[in-house]
Amino acid sequence: MAQSTRVRGAKPGQGSWWAGLPGIAYLVLLVLAPLVVILIYSFLSRAKLGVGVKWEFTLQPYVDLFYSESLSGARSFDPTYVQIFLNSVIYSLITAVVCLIMAIPIALWIATRSPRWRMLLVFLVTIPFWTSLLIRTYAFVIILNDNGPINEALQGLGIVSAPISMLYTPFATIVGLVYSFLPFMILPIYASAERFDFRLAEAAYDLGATKLTVLRRIVLPAVRPGIIAGFILVFIPALGSFLAPELLGGGKTSMIANVIAAQFGASRNWPFGAALSVMVLVIVMLALVVFVAVARRTARRGSGQSMESLL
Amino acid sequence: MTSPRGTGTSLKNFPLFGPITAIVFAFLYVPLLFVIGYSFNSNRIVTVWKGFTFDWYVEVMGNDDIQRAVINSLRIAAISTILSVILATGLAIGLLRMVRVGRTAAWSLIMAPLVIPEIVFAIGTLALFVQIRFTLGVDSITLAHTAFCIPFALLPIRARLRSVDLSIYEAAADLGANEWTIFRRITLPLLAPGIVAGALLAFIISLDDFIVSYFLAGAGGTTLPVYIFGMIRNAITPGVNALSTLLLLASVVIVTISYVIAIRKR
Repeated sequence: MAQSTRVRGAKPGQGSWWAGLPGIAYLVLLVLAPLVVILIYSFLSRAKLGVGVKWEFTLQPYVDLFYSESLSGARSFDPTYVQIFLNSVIYSLITAVVCLIMAIPIALWIATRSPRWRMLLVFLVTIPFWTSLLIRTYAFVIILNDNGPINEALQGLGIVSAPISMLYTPFATIVGLVYSFLPFMILPIYASAERFDFRLAEAAYDLGATKLTVLRRIVLPAVRPGIIAGFILVFIPALGSFLAPELLGGGKTSMIANVIAAQFGASRNWPFGAALSVMVLVIVMLALVVFVAVARRTARRGSGQSMESLL
Repeated sequence: MTSPRGTGTSLKNFPLFGPITAIVFAFLYVPLLFVIGYSFNSNRIVTVWKGFTFDWYVEVMGNDDIQRAVINSLRIAAISTILSVILATGLAIGLLRMVRVGRTAAWSLIMAPLVIPEIVFAIGTLALFVQIRFTLGVDSITLAHTAFCIPFALLPIRARLRSVDLSIYEAAADLGANEWTIFRRITLPLLAPGIVAGALLAFIISLDDFIVSYFLAGAGGTTLPVYIFGMIRNAITPGVNALSTLLLLASVVIVTISYVIAIRKR
């Protein structure tokens, strides 16, 4: 029989590794190549009209990140962009922390329902993720408006006499970011909590622990892999956010993405935009390295698993 | 994974979790309900309620520019769905047969669009297309969307493929089927629910995308989200809400169908 002479790796019907080649080739051309182009552009000179680049090597885009030149040509430290990077990191960290605080109770509550309810509730958490980010951000343009529902309600109840300006503030940006990425925090924590054997919590109760102690000493350590995965799944997209700062921050609270977008739009300095993008990628990579290291150290179940279960 | 625990776990009664869950769900859904509600407002000022009307729906549906944007969006979503599903099916099969190193590398490449900030992906693709003098428009958006639709199409297909009992293939081979026949008559039908679920997810992801489309739109590639963004920038009328409601509805319907298919066939 041919069966017995078949070599390992050529089992019938399971296809071959080359079935993946077209997909890999496609991703090399449309994911890897754009990143390479960005890297190359970040070392080139600005084109005369601003669109595209001039093929002349320079480190100017990276110098521009930290220094500005006056008309006389004197170079001095300029904190503008460092500040924007710092702001973006801080906003993203705040966003991740707020998401975490909201996600823990809801993830644990869902994990303790019956299997049928769990499925439905998880589905309800995922629905907003599948709706347009633009529309979800726009929703808060309406809600936080000076004559939006929140201000109407506050004035109607006589709590405030004049509308509070919430739109076009850092607060609005962070609210928008939290709203955009909350499901990314809930789902991995839920995935960890679902695997947790709640009989352990019961045992702790039986031994006289209070609810808070059980939560702090038993449940939270058990869902830590989910928390770590959630943190990175929120932090990374928040860091590169364009829509929330654009529509809710109103230009006052620019984040990196808005500055990058401006270089490819009105400011017309592609190499500088490319250099900013490279810096974003570096920060994302550093964040990934830190989070993976934390994940490795604290848990046997890696964040990769939770990341997969999210989708 | 179901653990053999009773339903009466004490943590269920943790005092604040129920109410907090209710508040978080309200936080997730009430903003969208406001978008929908105000789309029926007869006042031009979105947030000042005057009366109920369907006028905004009639207005946006009759608008030529919006019709063009909708057609662009549907065309881009349809083509990138087909492309990404074909590539993802190949990847799902190929990944199973790759050696460990290759699989890790391939997997990072597939997941990269989910980790790289979208703005970087968008301007990178823009720079690439400009560099190779590829005209910006519907086609450039379609090519870029296909790339980040692949991971979304891949996951349900891969999940489905992994659950297939390998002895089925051997049985087919023993009965004389060649590789192609096995793929066409056995693998594909078994994968069908995963492929449909993956296709629906890819379709929504493309339909809802804003940033990549915004940078690659060029002159004639305005998609519905890009058009809505322009409206929000210009003047906010309930027309924006009407369009947004339609797009929301499309997403929710599609993801629900995908979900039902995924759990039915499990």
